[in-house]
Amino acid sequence: MDNLEPRFRRVARFVSPVDRGFAAIVYAGSILFALLIIGLFVELVLGSWPSIAAFKFSFIWKSEWDPVSNKFGALPMIYGTVVSSFIAIALASFVGIMAAVYLSDFAPRWLANPLSFLIELLAAVPSVVYGLWGLFVLAPFVRTGLGPVLQHVLGWTPLFAGPIYGVGLLTGGIILSLMIVPTVTAISRDILVAIPRDLREASMAVGTTKWEMAMRVVLPAARVGIFGACVLALGRALGETIAVTMVIGNRPQISASLFAPSYTLASVIANEFTEATTSLYISALIELGLILFFVSMIVNGVARLMIWSVRGSDRTA
Amino acid sequence: MTAATQTDQLLAVDDLSAYYGDRKAIGNISLAFRRQAVTALIGPSGCGKTTLLRCLNRIHEVAFDAHVEGRVLLEGRDIYDNDADPMKIRRRIGMVFQRPNPFPTLSILENATVCSPRGLKRQQRLEAAERALRLAALWDEVKDKLNTSAVRLSGGQQQRLCIARAVAAQPDVLLMDEPTASLDPIATAIIEELMTSLTDEYTIVAVTHNMQQAARVSDVTAFMLADETGVGGVVEVDETAKLFTHPTDPRTEDYISGRFG
Amino acid sequence: MASSSEGLASAQLALRYAGLRRRRVYAMLGTGLALFCALLAAAVLLAVLGYVVAQGIGSINWEFLTQLPHPIGVPGGGVGNGIAGSFIMIGIATAMAIPIGLLTGIYLALFGRGPIPEALRFLSDVLSGIPSIAIGLFAYAVLVAPLKHFSAFSASFAFMMLMLPLLVRTSEQAIRTVPQVVREGALALGMSNFRATVRIVIPTAMPAIMTALLLAIARVTGETAPLLFTAFGSQFWEFNPANPMAELSLQVFTYAISPYPTWQAQAWGGALLLISAVCILSVGARLMLRRSQGLQL
Repeated sequence: MDNLEPRFRRVARFVSPVDRGFAAIVYAGSILFALLIIGLFVELVLGSWPSIAAFKFSFIWKSEWDPVSNKFGALPMIYGTVVSSFIAIALASFVGIMAAVYLSDFAPRWLANPLSFLIELLAAVPSVVYGLWGLFVLAPFVRTGLGPVLQHVLGWTPLFAGPIYGVGLLTGGIILSLMIVPTVTAISRDILVAIPRDLREASMAVGTTKWEMAMRVVLPAARVGIFGACVLALGRALGETIAVTMVIGNRPQISASLFAPSYTLASVIANEFTEATTSLYISALIELGLILFFVSMIVNGVARLMIWSVRGSDRTA
Repeated sequence: MTAATQTDQLLAVDDLSAYYGDRKAIGNISLAFRRQAVTALIGPSGCGKTTLLRCLNRIHEVAFDAHVEGRVLLEGRDIYDNDADPMKIRRRIGMVFQRPNPFPTLSILENATVCSPRGLKRQQRLEAAERALRLAALWDEVKDKLNTSAVRLSGGQQQRLCIARAVAAQPDVLLMDEPTASLDPIATAIIEELMTSLTDEYTIVAVTHNMQQAARVSDVTAFMLADETGVGGVVEVDETAKLFTHPTDPRTEDYISGRFG
Repeated sequence: MASSSEGLASAQLALRYAGLRRRRVYAMLGTGLALFCALLAAAVLLAVLGYVVAQGIGSINWEFLTQLPHPIGVPGGGVGNGIAGSFIMIGIATAMAIPIGLLTGIYLALFGRGPIPEALRFLSDVLSGIPSIAIGLFAYAVLVAPLKHFSAFSASFAFMMLMLPLLVRTSEQAIRTVPQVVREGALALGMSNFRATVRIVIPTAMPAIMTALLLAIARVTGETAPLLFTAFGSQFWEFNPANPMAELSLQVFTYAISPYPTWQAQAWGGALLLISAVCILSVGARLMLRRSQGLQL
């Protein structure tokens, strides 16, 4: 740009006062938007600072959460968050990807759109409604139906041993999986549909069944994007608060059993923030929020990169 | 090629080059456009005729990374001057696009009067619309449905509405970018007739892909061609009759006789 | 693509080693499994919806919609203040989110390329992934802690943050979708960028923007987490956004985890109201989307 003749000039596009005022307002709105987001990060850091200074890295690997003596270790919450989200993504990715495969390659047209719409509607249901259903329907079902069955079959593993309360890690994981299935399905379906037809036709021409085509040819071709969809769904699960709080039992403990009550990063903030008495307590809770911020940023960033590489720059919800 | 420095020319171009980013689309063009006549720009695809047209009313720069060198003179003054206001330029140099583009959320009446001064009463607005629509030979067809949406009209009617809209702003020059490219023969004929009648009031510069159209409609024709590096330039400019019967440059002759393009 | 040729090779391998009948059986089982998964997901939705309707419909009556909550032990009462509070909080949030979101979307659409627009899009993506509880913490830190006062306005602020990424991204897309010739046509008539954008481009993009708005409102309807320490809730009528205020999803949450069956029944009623609102908004958004596609030039 600098080595052109002096006669060249980039002509001003916003010349008149009206346009200059318009440009100024547009800039102002965008700057405000950016400041809000940066401000969020700054406030979280500022708020966590006392806790960060007091505990440094022990915050992450200590498991004692004792507000009375002002000792805070987040390990049980990290454990609960990770395990419940893992259960959620394991269930949701299997069901979601299978559903996406059906919708993209097997469903007749009259069925595909309504069914997709129903599954997407799952994402619109408010968290508290899932929590309510989980508390009064799913938890009793786990306590009296699913839990005993699992314990009967798999009770020899520490995962399914121990008392079954109904609320706990497993219930939390199942509720979370319901909430993230639509994400996996919708994005995976879009990616599968975008895989070029020639690939499918080449496979059929070789003589595969449609199922083999879907499983061995189309799905592997889409695997990066679908993995990205699962990671994005995982990001949602990690931050989910209300539904999980209602069914996970809210006890800061690390236990091998999936039936045991547990605690997640988001739930502890939800449950204890208004009861927090000391400023160190509040600061510790805000630090949990900061951890959630970073985790979600990284997970979402990775997910978008993967989805972007397959789908181009059309961003996902 | 005429040197364009005389101030009695309404519209002229002096050593104009236009770029999209680093790519030079047209290079060092100097040309004058005769008052109240139709000047046609012809040439094969990619020769830069549309780019040249879009430089004349500073629409070229609306695209990202597009810029210009040289001068475009309206009554002797450079429209690319530092203190020139593109808005005012475009009020004096109007444009009709290849695809009819009536504003979809406005009615026919609103489309025709969108450039009228604000605060006009309903009666004055109607009169202004009637004037413009009559000039565009559309009044009789739409006078009973002025408040309906503009997109309900046929392609040819939409294009005439765009012409009405452009002349309603009372410009001095009217630029037309392949105005009949997307229209059927009957609509095309109506618009060609319009172009000749509009020269009573306006100076017209029209890009056309269709040589026969240029021969029918224009008074002056400029033939453009891209050189080996892809930069477009004017090969020959002359009275239409002369250019089509006795062209001076062999490349013009080749194009006219259909050997390429 | 390496993966596709591997896939084809693997498919050919399958052909060689399995008999056709067995492959057909696997295919049938596989397809059945996939269908089962799709139906399972839809069935769960219907099960949840159905249960909420069944449990909640009994609580819905005029008193429920218009009365204040009664103390435990006193029968009756309702969620009137929660419904009012939801409208107020979401209304204020929308009023704040629209200008900021639309202006940023206009900026991105008009000045689209370059490091600063890309940075804005990145920030928008980051914001869309942040858990709502963390956003609630931000609202608390900025509007509750300094003023030492819970308020509905701080909840609206949190809602606004939740709505912004959707509005920014969709208004940028909506404006970009308006054909370039429409904008150039407006500019070529000598309109200022301001007039061209506000009078021509944005109205043309309006159906898509409205759709985004409905979806953004649906997003925050029923969003409870940030409310816990911003609006905080109330037992009384409250219309001043500077004060703590009741909100429907917050009431559902409080009632659901309470040990009182009467309150739990009301939780179901509230949940039914929430689901109905979300359904209406989602269907409305879909209808508007279909209408906007019909308006294409």
